[in-house]
Amino acid sequence: MQKDPRIETHTIVVAVDNEPGVLARVIGLFAGRGYNIESLTVAETDRAAHTSRITVVTSGTPAVIEQIKAQLGRLVPVHRVVDITTEKPGIEREMALVKVAGTGEKRVEAMRVSQVFRAKALDTSHTSFVFEITGVPAKIDAFIELMRPLGLVEVSRTGIAAISRGPEPM
Amino acid sequence: MDKKKSTATAKAEKQEPATEMTGAEMVIRALKDQGVKHIFGYPGGAVLPIYDSLFQDNELVHVLVRHEQGAVHAAEGYARSTGKPGVVLVTSGPGATNAVTGLTDALMDSVPLVVITGQVATHLIGNDAFQECDTVGITRPCTKHNWLVRDVKDLPRVMHEAFHIATTGRPGPVVVDIPKDVQFKKGVYNGSSAIRHRTYAPRLDPDPEAIRAAVRMMAAAKRPVFYSGGGIINSGPEASRLLRELVRMTGFPITSTLMGLGAFPASDKQWLGPIGMHGTYEANLCANRCDLLIALGSRFDDRVTGRVDAFSPGSKKIHLDIDPSQINKNIRVDLPIIGDAARALRAMIDAWREEKLVADPGIASWWVQIAQWRSKNSLSFKNSTTVIKPQYAIDRLYEATKGKKTFVTTEVGQHQMWAMQRFKFEEPNHWMTSGGLGTMGYGLPAAVGVQMAHPDALVIDIAGEASVQMTMQEMSTAVQYDLPIKIFILNNEYMGMVRQWQELLHGGRYSHSYSEALPDFVKLAEAYGAVGIRATKPDELDAKIAEMIAVKRPVLFDCRVDQKENCYPMIPSGAAHDQMILADSEDEPEVSEEGKMMV
Ligand SMILES: Cc1ncc(C[n+]2csc(CCOP(=O)(O)OP(=O)(O)O)c2C)c(N)n1
Ligand SMILES: [Mg+2]
Repeated sequence: MQKDPRIETHTIVVAVDNEPGVLARVIGLFAGRGYNIESLTVAETDRAAHTSRITVVTSGTPAVIEQIKAQLGRLVPVHRVVDITTEKPGIEREMALVKVAGTGEKRVEAMRVSQVFRAKALDTSHTSFVFEITGVPAKIDAFIELMRPLGLVEVSRTGIAAISRGPEPM
Repeated sequence: MDKKKSTATAKAEKQEPATEMTGAEMVIRALKDQGVKHIFGYPGGAVLPIYDSLFQDNELVHVLVRHEQGAVHAAEGYARSTGKPGVVLVTSGPGATNAVTGLTDALMDSVPLVVITGQVATHLIGNDAFQECDTVGITRPCTKHNWLVRDVKDLPRVMHEAFHIATTGRPGPVVVDIPKDVQFKKGVYNGSSAIRHRTYAPRLDPDPEAIRAAVRMMAAAKRPVFYSGGGIINSGPEASRLLRELVRMTGFPITSTLMGLGAFPASDKQWLGPIGMHGTYEANLCANRCDLLIALGSRFDDRVTGRVDAFSPGSKKIHLDIDPSQINKNIRVDLPIIGDAARALRAMIDAWREEKLVADPGIASWWVQIAQWRSKNSLSFKNSTTVIKPQYAIDRLYEATKGKKTFVTTEVGQHQMWAMQRFKFEEPNHWMTSGGLGTMGYGLPAAVGVQMAHPDALVIDIAGEASVQMTMQEMSTAVQYDLPIKIFILNNEYMGMVRQWQELLHGGRYSHSYSEALPDFVKLAEAYGAVGIRATKPDELDAKIAEMIAVKRPVLFDCRVDQKENCYPMIPSGAAHDQMILADSEDEPEVSEEGKMMV
């Protein structure tokens, strides 16, 4: 099947009450209605108020994106649903931990590339590094691709966190 | 809804000082504070403490069903015929899983239910304990919301929240799962005064701009039609009253969904009959040719729209719904209005008056066109003197019940569609059918629930011989509680609707759709201690129906009807509204390959 040319990728931020099962509700909604999840990040953001923030990157036609937001809004523990892609210009970042093993010229090259990308070496042994890199997903993709021939062992990515620009809360 | 809330609040204030009680006692207390009179349930190990509290209470009436699915459908019938929430009490594990069909049914048809399930003790959860299942996990997608209450401190709040969420906004079923140790623990009970939910606040008041835009579009329309749905009935009797006022004020024609029957009186001149797959010719053609479609509390279900890209192609569309996720879901609309139906209708009526609007004189020729479509007489059928036609049976049943306080439930199949087409409803809340889920076995237990709420009314389940066997055991419940429900079985010895589709789409290969080895329904009725009546000839029908109505006991009526009758008109799946098959059409219906894929 050909990809529908109208398919767009959106980053949606969902503020929820941090009650048991709330993540299952959100994920179950996506699975049950056949929506895509490209990235999902969740953590408690206000301990006192007991609220969490879920950032989900999804894709679909504009009509499907509209449905996803409406369906999310219908869940009882959801406070707000904001589309960072259309409603509020926002900033998106992802963090990755990247393990690279190698010696000699490859090891030196891995270090050089990490400096260009402003990645931090969190762990170093004679034969390996663990780098921490933060940025937009495309930057992390590029970093991983460059590390592949240099002895890439494994990658752990956080998924996207997003926030709107300017002084206002979302 | 607001009123109910304030009475609950008043009661809650009276109950000072705060009292200590067990979790089980809190459940009973909360039910009473919410004004509950009847509950439908079935006991088991994980709800014994609640059953014990129930034993010591002498106000709540508990109806013991024979299967938990029956309890949920009975509660649905109760809720839909009263406008009050239905309450169910079942045990953990199999008790909870047996309730799942009813929960899904209630979710699809927006029926307010509070279902309380027992759960194994908190320290056993996750250990595969006896009769443990992940009730909140299983019911998450088939409830409006659910809770597992791990601490007795949370129980009073959750109980009241459960009623609040089930009954407000777009109504729906909720589940409160209570572990057995929480039922035994003592805690302080609080009333319902503190319900102000942190996140849940459905929008009730419509945007006045949208209302003004709507009435202007209505006044400009030359070929308008109202298309109302179950949302009008769920909003309460006031919404039905206002709907009538608006429809008469504008002079527009009106059709409704299966779920919306009764909101507008079927005897009215402006009534077109139901829309959709088995709706009338005039209703579907109006939807197809109109220049303005005004959807009120209806959700453009696929049974209504047929092929979506050919649905009402030339019209502007207004869509009023309390649930924002319904807007633009199946059909793109020009003007959405979010809010409670009664409030929005009130606002539309006021705006129409304030702006001194009148309908476009063009609608006179629209009515001329409609008269032409009506003259097709799309519900006509060829009667017989030797065999009872199912349509004839419903017509006679309707005539015999006219003027009586009658409630009708149905099972699912051809009989349901004939009931929808032929039984005329004048008031809301008198028609209970499984629309969204299409659950065979709904009608009999739903009739139990309706009769519980309306002991003096005539409650009839228009049934099929296949469907009714799915929940037949509830005849025993009807006998136990002296509920004189009438199960009127249109016995065609087939899963008629399946047979009709097999005839249409599968070359007449009637794979497993014959109702083999049927019980003798008359003897079966007698075995239950109910009354069995059989009719086989058209000329004995009236007398037998009269006998059924006269007897003040539950009745199984075995009405032997034509086995091969098909239900028309019909829009084959995947077709448009103007491609309807009528009873007398010569041509074989054409079903596209795409249409065959659809259910
Ligand atoms: C629980 C359930 N299982 C299967 C179906 C599919 N189905 C729809 S109508 C029907 C036949 C119903 O037969 P009957 O009750 O005799 O009614 P009739 O169509 O003959 O009037 C079936 C099997 C369903 N709707 N519900
Ligand atoms: Mg049948």
